[in-house]
Amino acid sequence: MSPPTPTHTADAGSYGPYGGRYVPETLIPALDELVAGWHEVREDDAFWADYRALTENYAGRPTPLTLVERFAPGRRVYLKREDLLHTGAHKLNNAIGQALLARRLGKKRVVAETGAGQHGVATATVCARFGLECVVFMGAEDMRRQEPNVQRMRLLGAEVEQVELGTKTLKEATSEAIRDWITNVETTYYLIGSVVGPEPYPEIVRTFQRVIGDESRAQILEAEQRLPDAVIACVGGGSNAIGIFSSFIEDEGVQLIGVEAADAASLQQGRPAVLHGSRSAVLADEWGQILDAHSISAGLDYPGVGPEHAWLRDSGRARYLPCTDAEALEMFEKLARREGIIPALESSHALARVDDTEGDLILVCLSGRGDKDLAEALRAMGEA
Amino acid sequence: MSGPDSAKTLAIYLMAGSEAPELAAAAVAGGADLIELGFPFSDPLADGPVVRQAAEAALAAGMTTAACLDCLKQVREAVDVPLVPMTYAALFEAYGWERLEADIHDAGASSLIVADVPVDVRPELRRVQLVAPTSTNDRIRLAGETTDGWLYLVTLAGTTGVRSDIAPAFAGLVEKARRLYAGPLYAGFGISTPEQAQSAGALADGVIVGSRALLVAKNGPGALHEYVASLRAALDA
Repeated sequence: MSPPTPTHTADAGSYGPYGGRYVPETLIPALDELVAGWHEVREDDAFWADYRALTENYAGRPTPLTLVERFAPGRRVYLKREDLLHTGAHKLNNAIGQALLARRLGKKRVVAETGAGQHGVATATVCARFGLECVVFMGAEDMRRQEPNVQRMRLLGAEVEQVELGTKTLKEATSEAIRDWITNVETTYYLIGSVVGPEPYPEIVRTFQRVIGDESRAQILEAEQRLPDAVIACVGGGSNAIGIFSSFIEDEGVQLIGVEAADAASLQQGRPAVLHGSRSAVLADEWGQILDAHSISAGLDYPGVGPEHAWLRDSGRARYLPCTDAEALEMFEKLARREGIIPALESSHALARVDDTEGDLILVCLSGRGDKDLAEALRAMGEA
Repeated sequence: MSGPDSAKTLAIYLMAGSEAPELAAAAVAGGADLIELGFPFSDPLADGPVVRQAAEAALAAGMTTAACLDCLKQVREAVDVPLVPMTYAALFEAYGWERLEADIHDAGASSLIVADVPVDVRPELRRVQLVAPTSTNDRIRLAGETTDGWLYLVTLAGTTGVRSDIAPAFAGLVEKARRLYAGPLYAGFGISTPEQAQSAGALADGVIVGSRALLVAKNGPGALHEYVASLRAALDA
């Protein structure tokens, strides 16, 4: 099988047998409208000039590449510092792009789901910046785990809707955001936070996150005069991973490694199933009922994954490995102690697979900072 | 099948489960012409809180797809009206699309509905198509060409559930659908009271009542019978 079609092609969005548009009929005209708007802006230089200006002057791009010699002595390990982006994670790249798209479509109200709260904060941020009404759906369990982000969203003017259904985490929050969108489809833009959902969302989010890969590819070539042996990123829905992988997919010598939370490993333990509008690898039982995922990291606590990851797995272009809660916590502390960088628990998963990755030159996507995780991590480490 | 001039069709939605045969019999005795049988899914995007909770309870009670098919057979034995399972793509994906379609028909269903498979996806699966107030003429036409016996009109942009009024967009949807499709139009989503059934029934050829029927069914077959009879009376008035 060949690797997936790169971005900016006419019909990207279906990834082999994965992807699609499994949504109620009510949403189809909205998805068609989104496709039309997306195809228009994709070719519009003025749109991309706006996107670049905002990512640079508002969000702080380009983010640096940091060599971490005390974290990985004797090897050349670089971190792509998305933790230094405004709001503290890569999520803002996508939120900026989609908010510009929402504005282009004339939508005044934005709904979003959030797990760790990073996408919710990014969405609340751009809505404040553009004067858009913002409603963020968040599971009650995640609101407990990520209280600082709930406070930030509220300060930014967003309404945070507590979701008490089912697992009370990202899966339920996503379903509720989609139901709100179905109900308010004429006025509302659904600003999805990862490379999941019905077409064309996976392609849209991928395109706005590709800046991570494009920058880090140029930066590592500048620093080392060669491509890395491996690129490692954590995978929940998989947007930071797709963002950094997408610039290296055609470089066959570069290993692409996605790291999933061990008990939310859709790509390693899931089966083909339909969740949140697309067909992908999903943690589901033999009847197709979605199973609960578990992770200390709210951002990885999701039973599905973007369809392109399932396709990258099947094609053999990317490999997916697990990381336990304990391993992630160990990296959380190690990076703090050795490098003075507190990583998000999500990104800590990627760090955990550096040691067992072959090669001297490794690029890791440090997708976010760990301030939001302090309470949860310290409690889990038994120091609180 | 009813046309604009004949009696209106009354469809009642019930969730698959051990009580479904008895409830279906009560609904039919009360005047239901068709039973929709929900095959529960863990993450039903088109459903409001009542159907979601019913689905959660059914799954907790062990209503796998195989158990739902058994239930369908039992309902088939209990009543002689058309039976139409309503479910989600995930169940077909896991069971096999063709296999589940075949087994649903073997169990006695006359058609089926998949809430999250839009009209242009999986065209080979014969089913009752849904159209919504947001649907374009082209999509309503395609739905009419491919639907299995009747067209399901979603009265509002939203999920299933009890609401106070019929959405104003519904009349426009009926008018469009009449121009583009000659068969019967049944209206569902948000219809719960006899008054709503009557006003939706005045425009469409039938109505589908789900959430309120599930709520009433919690009080047993007697209560459901009485409630369905009140809908029937309103539709026939």
